[in-house]
Amino acid sequence: MPIISRGFKGRRRDDAPRDRVPPGQYVTDDFPVLSAGPTPHTPLDQWDFTIVGEVDERRRWTWDELRALPSETITVDISCVTKWTKLDTVWEGVSVDTLLDGVETSAEYLTVFCDGGYTTNLPLADVTGGQAWIAFAYDGEPLEPEHGGPARLLVPHLYFWKSAKWVRGLRLTATDELGFWESNGYHNYGDPWKEQRYWGD
Amino acid sequence: MEALRLDGNAAAGLLSEVFAGEVTTAVGTCDSCGAVEAVGAIHVYMAAGTVLRCPHCEAVVMKVVTDGERIWMDLRGLRTLELAS
Repeated sequence: MPIISRGFKGRRRDDAPRDRVPPGQYVTDDFPVLSAGPTPHTPLDQWDFTIVGEVDERRRWTWDELRALPSETITVDISCVTKWTKLDTVWEGVSVDTLLDGVETSAEYLTVFCDGGYTTNLPLADVTGGQAWIAFAYDGEPLEPEHGGPARLLVPHLYFWKSAKWVRGLRLTATDELGFWESNGYHNYGDPWKEQRYWGD
Repeated sequence: MEALRLDGNAAAGLLSEVFAGEVTTAVGTCDSCGAVEAVGAIHVYMAAGTVLRCPHCEAVVMKVVTDGERIWMDLRGLRTLELAS
């Protein structure tokens, strides 16, 4: 397999309902780990989550404060741009709506920032209205570091590179600023049902 | 050792897919910390695309993405790459 690879090769299933599998994807029962860098291990007493940028006032939660917010159990299908789709994944997290409640902003976009320096960009409209969460548990267990723990963004209607691991905050922006992959070939929006994988798709 | 990191041959393999020259003896300079390292020492991670990182400061020195027809390379973290001509 070439080092510059287009796809992750894993176990495949052929019995998946086609209306739940976006074009060009295959279903896996595994949970492949892809990582753009070393796994951070930020102690929880040094961890915080902030909302910064084009906001009336910076917001900040410690780990304990975030965990004290109302949380939800979310069961969703997820699709990675490397072509695997995983059905009925179960997460627990805080809705981004809850975090943005009361935040006054004129921003239309945001950059998600993370431990390790990873970023991804999204329209604000794609993380509101019950579409995105800060997830801290997977399958009933605390989210493992290799899968983004202690917390990752979960925005399941877009390719999973948008669901940034090791998330530490949101920077609201007036203009759309390209993230880690969006600036180097990957699609700016990333809708799996439209196969928006790369620039020009 | 990071479990998700590929071994030292991966960087040379990647560069050989992109560059015409001899890559196994190539030497890169990190733009963040200035470290000069042989290609075999550079850390390689596989995510949506491939990420090369400085073994000293873990800064990104190269990002590579392909769709099978095009290759995109972000070289902002690589001050220079020395290849045998």
